[in-house]
Amino acid sequence: MLGRAYVHSLNSSTVPVGSPILKISDIELRFGGVVALHDVGFTVTQGHIHAVIGPNGAGKSSLLNCVSGLYHPQKGKAVLHTGDGAVTHELTKLPPHRIARLGVARSFQNIELFSHLTVLENLMLGRHTHMKHGVLQSLLWFGPARNQELSHRGIVEEVIDLLSLQPFRHKPVGSLAYGIQKRVELGRALVLQPSLLLLDEPMAGMNSEEKEDMARYVLDVHELAGVTVILIEHDMAVVMDISDRVSVLDFGRLIADGTPDEVKANSAVIEAYLGAEEH
Amino acid sequence: MATATGIHHRTYRAELRLRHTKAEWFRLALVIVLLLVVPYALNTYWLGIANSILIAVVGAVGLNILVGFTGQISLGQGGFLAVGAYTSAILSTRAGLPVPLAIIVAILVTAFIGALFGLPALRLKGLYLAIATLASQEIIMFVVRRWGFLTEGKGYIEVPRLPFIERETFELQWYWILLPITFVAVLMARNVFRTSLGRSFMAVRDQDIAAEAIGVNITRAKVTAFALSSGFVGLSGALSAYYTETVTWERFTLDVSVLYLAMIIVGGLGSIAGSVYGAIFMMLLPALLTEVGQKAGDSIPFITDQLPAIKNAIFGIAIITFLLIEPRGLDRIWSRMKDYVRFWPFRY
Ligand SMILES: Nc1ncnc2c1ncn2[C@@H]1O[C@H](COP(=O)(O)OP(=O)(O)O)[C@@H](O)[C@H]1O
Ligand SMILES: [Mg+2]
Repeated sequence: MLGRAYVHSLNSSTVPVGSPILKISDIELRFGGVVALHDVGFTVTQGHIHAVIGPNGAGKSSLLNCVSGLYHPQKGKAVLHTGDGAVTHELTKLPPHRIARLGVARSFQNIELFSHLTVLENLMLGRHTHMKHGVLQSLLWFGPARNQELSHRGIVEEVIDLLSLQPFRHKPVGSLAYGIQKRVELGRALVLQPSLLLLDEPMAGMNSEEKEDMARYVLDVHELAGVTVILIEHDMAVVMDISDRVSVLDFGRLIADGTPDEVKANSAVIEAYLGAEEH
Repeated sequence: MATATGIHHRTYRAELRLRHTKAEWFRLALVIVLLLVVPYALNTYWLGIANSILIAVVGAVGLNILVGFTGQISLGQGGFLAVGAYTSAILSTRAGLPVPLAIIVAILVTAFIGALFGLPALRLKGLYLAIATLASQEIIMFVVRRWGFLTEGKGYIEVPRLPFIERETFELQWYWILLPITFVAVLMARNVFRTSLGRSFMAVRDQDIAAEAIGVNITRAKVTAFALSSGFVGLSGALSAYYTETVTWERFTLDVSVLYLAMIIVGGLGSIAGSVYGAIFMMLLPALLTEVGQKAGDSIPFITDQLPAIKNAIFGIAIITFLLIEPRGLDRIWSRMKDYVRFWPFRY
C-alpha cells in the first residue's frame, strides 16, 4: 500500500517537525454544574501521534470539541500554529467552519456522516473548504462547476484507494457496515488535507481485526504524510504501541502528560486508570 | 451521484454525466417525444392542465430544494409564489418593464425576500421553523391583501395578455413557452446537486454539526438555500401571473403551501425527479376525479351533488395510501421498477 505513488500530500501543515503545532492552555469547560474540563493544558508537537486517554466521561471528547470550535470553554485557549510555526490562530475564538479552513480535520466518536449521501459524495464534501460554491456556476454546471468536480476527484480517489473504499464508492454510507463507516469518516477528514487530524475513538466498537486495520490506516497516513494526529483511544495496547506522546485525563483534569513509557510508570495514572482496569 | 449498479466508467467525466446507460438515454428520448406530441393529442381543457402542471413543477422543485434537500421545513410557499406574481405583474403593468425582464427581477426579489424570511432558520429547526415560516406566509398574505398600493386599491391586478398570444391557440402557445422554461429550470436544479453547493445543502440536512466541522458555513448554506429555493418559487409565481392574467391573493393562501408540501412528499423529498412526479400527480388527480365523477354522475345523480366532498376524500385517501406504501415517494417507486426491469429475470 505504501509503495504506491500518491500525487497529493495529505498534510497541509508547514510547521517544522518537532515544533509545537497546537498549544492548549488552562481550558475550563462547564455544563451547568458539571465541570467537564478543569485547567487542562498541553502542547502537541508537529509530526507526533498524540494520544489522549482517560476513563469514560473524563472529558476527552469535550476537549476535542473545544479545539474544533463546537464547544466554547469558559476559560483558557487552544492556539494553532501555521506557516513556519510563527503564525498563530486562537481556535477557541473561531467558528467551526473557520477552524476547518485552517486545516483542522476530525472524526467523531459516534459516526457523524452524511448518511443519505454516497461514499463519494461524503468524501467530496471533505473537499468543501477547497472548493467554490457560486450559485450561478452551480446552476449552469458546464464550465467552472464541472471542472472543479473533475479536478478535486484526483485526491478523493487517492484516499479511496488508500483506505480501500473502492467497492463502496456509490453506496449511501447509511447502508454500510459500522467498520466501513468509520473508515469513510477518516477519509472525509483526510481529503481536507489536514494540518492537524483529530480522531475521536476511531477504533471504538470494532473487533480486533478491524481495530488492527484501522490502526494500520492511521499509521499509514502518519508515515505517508507526516500529519500530526491527536488520537483519543481506549485500547491501551494500541495507544502505547503507536503514540509518540500521551496525555491522561481523569474527571476533567490532566493527571499526566509524557511519553508512553513515562505515563505507564506514573503512579497517578496507574491508580486512576491502568490500575482500575486490572481490578 | 447515483450511478446504476454494475456500470463501470472509464473517466470521471463520464461518471459525472446524468445519464449513463442506453436505457436511460432511451427513456429520455421517449419523454421528449411524448412532450412534443402531447399538445397535439390533448384538447384545450387538458392542455390547460398540462400548463398548470408545468408551472407547478417549477414551484415544487423550488420547495424541494429547501425542504427535501436542505431539511428546512417551509409553510411559506404560497407567500413566495405571491411575491413572484405580484412583483412581475406590477413591474410589467405599471413600471413598463418588458415581461422577460420583469420575470427576472421577480426571481431576484423573491430570492431576496426568501433569504430574509429564512433568517429564523439560523436559530430554529423542525416544528419551530414550521411555525416561523407559517408566520412569513401570513405576513406576506397580510401585505398583499391590505396594502392597497399593490393593486391600486382594486384588490387584484389585471395582467394584459402577452401580445403574440391568440385566443384560439392560447393553451398551445403557452405550452411551448412553459415547456422549455420548466425544462431548463429542472435541469438547473439538477445541476446544483452535483456540485459542492448542493452537497453542502444536503450535508446541513443530514448532519449539521459534522457539516460545520468539515468547513461548511451553515449560516451561508441555509440562507443560500432559502434564496435559491425562493428564486424558483418566484419564477413559478411570475409565470402564473402572465398565464392566468390576474393576480389575486386567494391563489396564494396557506392551502397552496400545504398542497406544495404534499407534492414533494408524495413525489419524493430530496429528489428533483420526485418534485416533477409529485406536481404531476397532485395537479392531475383532482382533474381526473372530476372527469370520473361527472361520468358516474350521469347515472347516479347523488355523485354529482356530493362531487366536491367525494373528490376531497379520495384525494386525501390517495395521498395517505401513497405514504403508507412508499414513504419515499413516487421517485422511489419508479427507481425500484427500473431496477426490476434492468435485472430481470434475475432478482439480485
Ligand atoms: N453537550 C454536553 N452537555 C452536557 N454535558 C456534557 C456535554 N458534553 C459532555 N458533557 C459532560 O462532560 C463530561 C465529559 O464528557 P466527554 O467529553 O464526552 O467524556 P469522554 O469523551 O472522555 O468520555 C461528562 O460528564 C459529560 O456528561
Ligand atoms: Mg468521548
